[in-house]
Formats: sequence, C-alpha cells, structure tokens
Amino acid sequence: MSFINYSSREINCKIVYYGPGLCGKTTNLQYIYKKTTPEQKGKLISLATETERTLFFDFLPLALGDIKGFRVRFHLYTVPGQVFYAASRKLILKGVDGVVFVADSQIERMEANMESIEDLKINLAEQGYELEKLPFTIQHNKRDLPNVAPLDEMNALLNPNSVPWFEGVAMTGQGVFETLKNVAKQVLFELKKSY
Amino acid sequence: MSEFDLVMYEEEFKRIDEELQKLHQQANAKVLFLVDKNGQLIASAGDTHNIDTTALASLTAGNIAATGGIARLLGEREFTILFHEGEKDNIHISLIGQRVILVVIFDQRSSLGLVRLRVKKASESLTKIFDEISRKAEKEKVEGRLDESPFAEISDEDIDNLFR
Repeated sequence: MSFINYSSREINCKIVYYGPGLCGKTTNLQYIYKKTTPEQKGKLISLATETERTLFFDFLPLALGDIKGFRVRFHLYTVPGQVFYAASRKLILKGVDGVVFVADSQIERMEANMESIEDLKINLAEQGYELEKLPFTIQHNKRDLPNVAPLDEMNALLNPNSVPWFEGVAMTGQGVFETLKNVAKQVLFELKKSY
Repeated sequence: MSEFDLVMYEEEFKRIDEELQKLHQQANAKVLFLVDKNGQLIASAGDTHNIDTTALASLTAGNIAATGGIARLLGEREFTILFHEGEKDNIHISLIGQRVILVVIFDQRSSLGLVRLRVKKASESLTKIFDEISRKAEKEKVEGRLDESPFAEISDEDIDNLFR
C-alpha cells in the first residue's frame, strides 16, 4: 500500500526483503545504508538479538529524489529469516508494495530457500496478496562462495515465473543496487498503472 | 494494489492537522503523531525537531502489529490502547478506526487520564475524516480521478535518475 500525500507532495512505498535465515537480507540493507548520502537516508533501525540475528525487522528509509515534483521515499524492511519467527514475518508484509527474495546460493541451503519462498507465498496470501501480482525481484546471493548452485538450477527451483533476478555478493555490494533499482522500478510502474 | 493505497489531499490533510493541533493543546501533550498501520507517518503536531519521526512511525506500527498478533493469539480482535511509562516522558498509542495509529507523547504536565479522555474525543472526529477519505477513494475508483495524476507519465529515465 503506497501512501500518496498530495499535501506534502510525497509518495511512500514499502519494499520487503525476504529470504531464509543468514541469506544476507540485513547485509543488503547495511550496504545500501553505507553507500547512500546522509541526505538520502534515515537511520537504519535493527531490532536484533545479542548475536545480531534479526529479531523483528530492520528498517531503512530512503529518499532518493523527485519524480514529477513528488518526493519518492522507499521504506526498506527485512524480515527475521529464522523459521521460528514466522509470526513476526507475517506482520512485516502488511502493506507491502514490492518484494525482494534474497536466496542463499550455497547448495546446502536450497531446501531452506524453497521453504522460505513457500512461506512467503502463504504469508502474502493471508494478507490478500498474490506473489505473482506483486513487483518481485530475486537476488541469488553469496555468489563468491565455493559451493554455490548453478544459476539455471536456482532459477528452475525458485523462479518458475522468470521474474527479474540478479547475482549478488551483498558483503561487497555486488548486485545490491541493481536489485533495489529493479524492484523500485516495478513498484513505480505499478503506481503508474493504477493511476 | 491500488485498492489499498492511501491518498491524501490538501483538504483532508488540513482537517487532520487541525484535529491534531486541537488535541495537542487540550491534552497538554508534548508531541503527537498520526501513523498508518504500515508505518508511514501521516501527520504530526508539537515539537518534532529532536525526534526521528520516520523511525518512530515505523517502530510504532511494528509495536501495534506485534500487539495485534498477541491479541489474536488470545482470541481478542485487537488491543486498541498501548501505554508506556518512562521516567520523564510517557507514550500513549491508540488505534483509530482499525486503520491509523495515534501516538501521544506527554510528560508530568499532563496525565494519563486527561490524555485518554481527549484522545477518545479526537478519535471520533478523526474516524469521520478517514471514513471520508475512503469514500472519496472509492468514488474515484468508480468515476475516475478529477486531477491529473502525476504518475501517469513516469518514464524509465525518471527512475534511472533516482539511482544516479
């Protein structure tokens, strides 16, 4: 649910980073935070445990610029990836405008990826959304590791509808902005369609 | 997606703002915020200079969402009021018409009783305004929008410019 404020001339859109535990959702946000100027970003809020695992969500507000005289703000959220935080994950999806699925490319994490994407579909359905109808981008993360699955295999498993996908190494920033830009573009075009 | 979008025009915004200013005064509050359930700040009143309003809005919505989750586990529809007491400042959070969240921050110059009373009054007026906003959105969906939409002509280039 984007929020269009004609009074302050702002558009707010919500983008959620989803994926299995330790796939790099928070790392994506941290890299975006590091690489944007102070005028473009707000505080990066992380509700995490003592061992830096996401407990509830991370939140990063971004104001990248104007379109047609409207300030475009993106609110980026991550969900807690660990399986037992299912109830919290569901809450974060409320009002989502676009989803990024961060997949862990390591072969031994394929099952976790598939479980997570199923979980995403179920949770979206509970809020009345369909993944197929939402702006959706996939990032195959951790491509720098030695034991990664081939990309076509990952796409066959996780991306049957051939949505836009990118290779990523969130630690070094590879693919991070490409992913964000792609989902942002889809969200804004969706707005264009609706109005 | 559009059926969920919240669109705010100058006219409604002014009425909301007036309502908040009135409540700010009557409740003797320090700061007031109106946030939608997805964590977007709608309006505020009082001295917001030293507060990160965007972060506060997102965390408040998270708080309400988590509390709502607890409520449903217990078989309640929703807990409509949250109250946190601090050493100096207190925060009163309430749900208005199941849609928006009203946050009132106050100190010893006011009291929980006064805040609750005034919030209850203001909630009724705010609910009416948001009802009208929904009706207007419904009507526009059927009849088409009167104003020219600024998004009708978003181009690839506009979006690329955001990411330069």
